[in-house]
Amino acid sequence: MLKTLLPHPLLTLLIVLMWILLSGFSVGSAAFGLLLGVAIPRLTSAYWPDRPRIGSPLTIIEYALIVLWDIVVANFQVAYLILFRRGDDLHSQFVTVPLDLRTPEAITALAGTITMTPGTVSASLSADGRALLVHCLETNDPEQTVAGIKSRYESRLQRIFET
Amino acid sequence: MIAIACTIAFVAISAAMLLCLYRVLVGPDMPTRILALDTLTINAIALVVLTGIYWDTGLYFEAALLFAMVGFLTTVAYCKYILRGNVME
Amino acid sequence: MPGFGEIAVSALICLGAFFLFVGSFGLAKLPDLMRRLHGPTKATTLGIGALLIASMLYFILEDEIVSLQELLITTFLFLTAPVTALMVAKAHILLDKNDQEHLPPTGREAGWSVLDAPQTDEVKKS
Repeated sequence: MLKTLLPHPLLTLLIVLMWILLSGFSVGSAAFGLLLGVAIPRLTSAYWPDRPRIGSPLTIIEYALIVLWDIVVANFQVAYLILFRRGDDLHSQFVTVPLDLRTPEAITALAGTITMTPGTVSASLSADGRALLVHCLETNDPEQTVAGIKSRYESRLQRIFET
Repeated sequence: MIAIACTIAFVAISAAMLLCLYRVLVGPDMPTRILALDTLTINAIALVVLTGIYWDTGLYFEAALLFAMVGFLTTVAYCKYILRGNVME
Repeated sequence: MPGFGEIAVSALICLGAFFLFVGSFGLAKLPDLMRRLHGPTKATTLGIGALLIASMLYFILEDEIVSLQELLITTFLFLTAPVTALMVAKAHILLDKNDQEHLPPTGREAGWSVLDAPQTDEVKKS
C-alpha cells in the first residue's frame, strides 16, 4: 500500500525540500510541494524500475563530512600547486583504479568524489564498468594514490550502497 | 569593511574572467574552450552573488540559479556534440 | 551588525574571490587540458561555496532573513562540477590522439568507454 503510494520516498523528500527552498517556507508552499512530491514519483515510477538500497544515514553523514573536509584540503593543495609550481614540472599522469563497486549509483558517487578531492579527476570508465580512469595532477607514487582512493572512499561507499 | 572586501573580490573575479576569456580566444582546442566557457559562467555566478551582497538585496539568487543551470546544460551539450556528433539522439 | 560577523563575512568573501582567481589562473597557466581541468573543478567550487556561505551569513546578520537558496546553488554546483569535468575529459580523450596512446590499460578485456563500445554483462553472455 505504502509502496504504491510512495514508490520513492527519498525522491519525495527531495522534491518537497527543493520546493520549499525555492519558493520560501509557508504552509501553502509546503502543501503544494508535498502534492508534487507524491505526484511526480508516481507518474515517473515506470522509468525508475528499482530503487537503490542505501545504508544507514549515519554512514552517509560520516562520508559527507570526510568528503567536505577533503574538498577544503584539496583546494589549498591545488592552489599551492597552481601558484608556486611551473606547469611543466608537475608529475601528472593517468592511473587506473579497478572497481569493487557494482551498482551504478555507487560508481557515480565515487567518480564525483574523486573529481572533487585532492589532485585527481576521474576521466573515463572502462567499457564494462569495472575500472575508472583517473588523472592525477601531482603524483610520484600512483599505487599509493589508488590505494588511498580505495581505502578512503570506496570501502565507505561499499558500506553505504552495497551492504 | 564588507564594502572593501567586495571591491577586492570584484577586482579578483574580473581578473579571473579576463583570464578565462584569454583561454576562450587562444585555447588550442575545442575542449579547452568549453572548459573556459564553463569557468566563465561560474565566475559570472560569483559576480551576481557578490552584487547581491554589495547592494544588500536578495533579488539576484534566481538569476544565479538560472546561470548555474544554463551554464551546466550548455557545457554538457557542447561536450555531447563533440562526443556524439549531435546533442539529441 | 556585530563586528565579528562583519569580519567573518569579509574573510569569506576574500577567500572565495581568491579561490575563483586561482582556478581561472590555473586554467590560463597550465600547459595541457588534463592539468587545466584541475583548476576550475576544484578551486571554483570552493570559491563559489565560500562566497555563498558569506552571502547567507550576511543576510542572516544584516536583515535577519534566513535565505536557504544559496544552499541550493551550492549543492547544484557541487553536484554538476564532476559531471562537467568528466564530459570535458571524455571530449579531450576522444580528440587527442597523443593522450589516447598513453592511456594506461584498463586491466580488463574491454577498453575505455570513450573509445570502445559499451558492453554490459548481458551483452557479453549472449
